[in-house]
Amino acid sequence: MTPTIGKLYNEPHPDETRVLTWRFGKPNSWKIDTYLADGGYQTIMKALQMTQEQIIEEVKTSGLRGRGGAGFPTGLKWSFVPRSSPKPKYIVCNADESEPGTCKDRLLIEFDPHQLIEGLMIAGHAMGSQHAYVYIRGEYRFLIEHLNGAIDEAYAAGVLGENIRGTGFTFHVHTHSGAGAYECGEETALLDSLEGKRGVPRMKPPFPAVAGAWACPTLLNNVETFSAVVPIIRDGGAKFLSYGVPKSGGTRLLCVSGHVNKPGVYEVPLGMDTMTFINGIAGGVKGGKLKAVVPGGSSCPILTADECQNLPMDYDSVAKIGSMMGSGGMVVMNEHTDMVAVALRIIKFYQHESCGWCIPCREGTTWLKKSLQRYADGGGSEADIDIIHELAKNMLGRTFCALGDAAAMPTISLVTKFRSEFIEYLKKPRAVHQHELVGIH
Amino acid sequence: MTFSPALEQRFEKMLKAYPEGKTRSAVVPMLIYAQDETGAVTEELIQEVAKRCGVSRLQVDEVVGYYSMLHRKPQGKYHVQICTNISCMLVGGTELYEHCSKKLGIGHKQTEPTGLFSLEEVECMGACSWAPTVTVNYDYYHNVTPEMLDQLLEDIRKANR
Repeated sequence: MTPTIGKLYNEPHPDETRVLTWRFGKPNSWKIDTYLADGGYQTIMKALQMTQEQIIEEVKTSGLRGRGGAGFPTGLKWSFVPRSSPKPKYIVCNADESEPGTCKDRLLIEFDPHQLIEGLMIAGHAMGSQHAYVYIRGEYRFLIEHLNGAIDEAYAAGVLGENIRGTGFTFHVHTHSGAGAYECGEETALLDSLEGKRGVPRMKPPFPAVAGAWACPTLLNNVETFSAVVPIIRDGGAKFLSYGVPKSGGTRLLCVSGHVNKPGVYEVPLGMDTMTFINGIAGGVKGGKLKAVVPGGSSCPILTADECQNLPMDYDSVAKIGSMMGSGGMVVMNEHTDMVAVALRIIKFYQHESCGWCIPCREGTTWLKKSLQRYADGGGSEADIDIIHELAKNMLGRTFCALGDAAAMPTISLVTKFRSEFIEYLKKPRAVHQHELVGIH
Repeated sequence: MTFSPALEQRFEKMLKAYPEGKTRSAVVPMLIYAQDETGAVTEELIQEVAKRCGVSRLQVDEVVGYYSMLHRKPQGKYHVQICTNISCMLVGGTELYEHCSKKLGIGHKQTEPTGLFSLEEVECMGACSWAPTVTVNYDYYHNVTPEMLDQLLEDIRKANR
């Protein structure tokens, strides 16, 4: 049985700043009557009184940056959509959540689907669009049914449909199921998948803002990004900005997993100190001393315990030490973690998920996996470390989409920052995970 | 080819959800929903989806090989998927997979001779903070221990005797 809808997966922590998740845990938080009682669907009414430019300005003021992984300033992205184009415009919401370590969008859909729908409506008004498509990964079938239920409720209550509440605003929301492909989280691959094709990335430009879904202007953002638009328009962009730090406004949902005492999804202000988060909200490292942290999903370069000291978790501070906030998936590793096994498991994933469209990624991930498999099996040599490093470096920036970089970056960080452990490994080969993922069938 | 009334209704709504003339968009969702009823993506299903979406047979066939949840051969009645990606691996996902494989006597993408269970080692399913994660068909199980898994398999076996 699927976990009962509405039961919290982890207890909230008093040190959280719950701006997007404040309704999580309230009885029936996902039902429209409780949402309306909490002031729901009033923000869209406010937005309808504002001009498109005013809404975009407010989003710019908030300092909101894309929560899917790239961290692009949202207001700027919104300003790129040519609103005067005679073509229809589309809103596409990325709920393909597949970056290892990440499990937050599902909670936003489960506990507050109407907040997401309202965010999509505000975006719709700002872009002059009448249709939103929510692309949800196929594994989340229970969430697709759950969101469909919320959409039906919204139509029945007259907050979706034609001429909503007599305002003249028309808006429709549709769900679209994926079928198992990490690559479809990349925005142009997602659009190809939405059009019924294999999910392979497109050449850019043109960017989706200009020619996205069905070659029409398209605004594509993550679930958390659209959900954040509601508090931004409700309370003002300046208020949202004030939760975080100047260039990383607001809060974000961090999904902490691995060796911590209290794994879970927590909403924290951007700029929070990494160790304060790990030792406080996440309950401290489990099973030994801290060894390494993946800050934002497995594609992010790994950080050593030393690098995590006095590190504010905001986009620019994490970028400054050579990693990324990514999609908010923080994976904590204790001192007993085998970094060779970690490197192999990460590259197996990217090799499996490479769409095969461009050669540096398809061949690069395959050779990295082969090299790391041989190394892990005890058949490697010290020279292999340099070969792996060199190979990964040659993939950087040479692929159609970010998947190539996503495979290369963690690999480079692992073989450089834990080089001595890789060398030690040669002296005492251990039994590792021998069976293989068979790959694309 | 016809499907259950509920699915027929879903398809009718789905074909209207996309812009006019863009019914190709329904190909992937249609395949995954229909597969639940047919048990696999058969040649007959490919042709049916092609007809309903107004695309060529090949335009349907080419996506089947791409998406890992679409499969041409039937799986077990209960398809057990165990994640071994890093968050799960760090807290025993790999051992859980191996335990399950031994218990069922089948490996990755194999099905029991009775057709009851099939097994797959899968990539991240988006439940990292509640790892290790197992899904059986579309149902999620969090923080799974080998004992919990044994109990789950046993309960399913009992219910199917």
